[in-house]
Amino acid sequence: MAKVLMKGNEAVAEAAIRSGCRHYFGYPITPQTEIAAYMAKRMPKIGGTFLQAESEISAINMVYGVSSAGRRVMTSSSSPGVSLKQEGISYLAGSDLPALVVNVQRGGPGLGGIQPSQSDYFQATKGGGHGDYHLIVLAPASVQEMADLTAKAFDLSDKYRMPAMLLADGTIGQMMEPVELPPETDGNAVEKPWAVTGTENKREHNIINSLYLVPEQLEVKNLERYERYKTVEQNEVMFEEYMTEDCDVCVVAFGIAARVSKNAITAARAKGIKAGLIRPITLWPFPKDIIAKTAERVKGFVSVELSMGQMIDDIRLAESCKKPVALCSRVGGMIPSPDEVLKAVEDMEGGKF
Amino acid sequence: MAVVFSKPKALTDAPLHYCPGCTHGIIHRLVAEAIDDLGIIGKTVGIAPVGCAVMAYDYFACDMVEAAHGRAPAVATGLKRAMPDRIIFTYQGDGDLASIGMAETVHAATRNENITVIFVNNAIYGMTGGQMAPTSLPGQVTQTSPYGRDVKTVGYPIKVCELLSALDAPEYIERVAVNNVKNVMNAKKAIKKAFQNQIDGKGFSLIEVVSSCPTNWGMTPQKALDWVESDMIPYYPLGVYRDKSAKEAK
Repeated sequence: MAKVLMKGNEAVAEAAIRSGCRHYFGYPITPQTEIAAYMAKRMPKIGGTFLQAESEISAINMVYGVSSAGRRVMTSSSSPGVSLKQEGISYLAGSDLPALVVNVQRGGPGLGGIQPSQSDYFQATKGGGHGDYHLIVLAPASVQEMADLTAKAFDLSDKYRMPAMLLADGTIGQMMEPVELPPETDGNAVEKPWAVTGTENKREHNIINSLYLVPEQLEVKNLERYERYKTVEQNEVMFEEYMTEDCDVCVVAFGIAARVSKNAITAARAKGIKAGLIRPITLWPFPKDIIAKTAERVKGFVSVELSMGQMIDDIRLAESCKKPVALCSRVGGMIPSPDEVLKAVEDMEGGKF
Repeated sequence: MAVVFSKPKALTDAPLHYCPGCTHGIIHRLVAEAIDDLGIIGKTVGIAPVGCAVMAYDYFACDMVEAAHGRAPAVATGLKRAMPDRIIFTYQGDGDLASIGMAETVHAATRNENITVIFVNNAIYGMTGGQMAPTSLPGQVTQTSPYGRDVKTVGYPIKVCELLSALDAPEYIERVAVNNVKNVMNAKKAIKKAFQNQIDGKGFSLIEVVSSCPTNWGMTPQKALDWVESDMIPYYPLGVYRDKSAKEAK
């Protein structure tokens, strides 16, 4: 199929429709509103639902309703709005419901700003709402991946009956690139016998629920869920390696930070420094094994983030603090320049960190 | 032997957890009878609230969803948009619907979302042990208004039917009570109409059921029903607040 030029946000919306998603609920917030605008235009033409909810809280609960009915459904927002959705995300996780939540991150905390950020990493990867749970978290680094990972997120979410999050940022959401859109599917590949579609007087009633007042039962539910999470960790880790085969300094970065880092690695190589990049594509499950393996032969790592250092904790845990990990970051909507990353790489190479 | 009285098919055999004298049992039965009468159990999905009726998902024999506190109308919106041919109802208390879920309630109403809302108003938070509700009466003593609801500091009760009637959109809004046989019969009629409206595609129907809470009101069941008559109903007048189709037919 021919490539088309699209904004990252629009690529998410079109990929969702092509993945069989016919229900979208959202509330306006910069820098992700193009997703809602695209859905508002397209959904009525294809028999789908676009509904501008009265709040982010309502939007995520509408998602909960559609998912209960066994249909593919999504919502999108940016950081402050995603905070509001956390209650609903916890209920989705607690009721073992699939859904896609897109976070096109902006700077925080509070109202923050409207420029790109990666400072919702903790919120996305460590649960976000109350209770023990995880989301499948996918981090696109291009408009192409905005489309591809949207389709992937729906599949994984259905497969493992857990909500998935596309953790993008304002840059990836707003920029335009050529993209090859994913093929059309009806989104019904996974059977959902648990869905509340009406008994038709043919079966016992289905119940979608996260309440278990007997602690023994609630414990079992949690343990079962974490068994499923273990399978996800075993089977679904995704990452990209770039010039790591001989690297002395390994940069770890995702999303827009990874693209900046690639420029820095090229510049470092030109200066004779063997730098490489591991780019996590799944932030949960985190690519622990490749980082542990890489730790055995590099001088150290540089975590490049648009946050005060959040993913850096997961890097240190993955490599068991065997090698130094430096942080190269800008925050508040700022993006590190390739020179800033290069400086961090040079410092690590020279033992200054 | 002829059976003259039996449990509605829309109720399961699970024993209800409600306190002695609580009117939730009556209201569950009325909802179940309406579902039976209309023959819609196989295509109905109910939504339980957070509050005393949280475990309603075990009691209704149709497919059920348990929603977060106050969010039932949003969940119902999702279900109805996904399955326009299914019958979707919410069953909510006063804290759930009129306090934490007020935004969801008002906006589902103003979209004229084609759903049925059963709103049980017993003027108190029952499940958590008797705190002041958005519908607690002026002067009403509760755990969090131990000197009586002081309207100067915490404001007046919210009259949901009157408030929603200010909107242009909703199809049907009625307030009923279940404190005596006559009122129960009338409540049954109203609830059935609220489901029939949805079957007919008419839109948002809300039935407020003025109810009692002997346990947290600190009264015997009979005394509580008397208090519904003497104090609740004068503040919350019964009747039809909105019947759009009937009005348009005139």
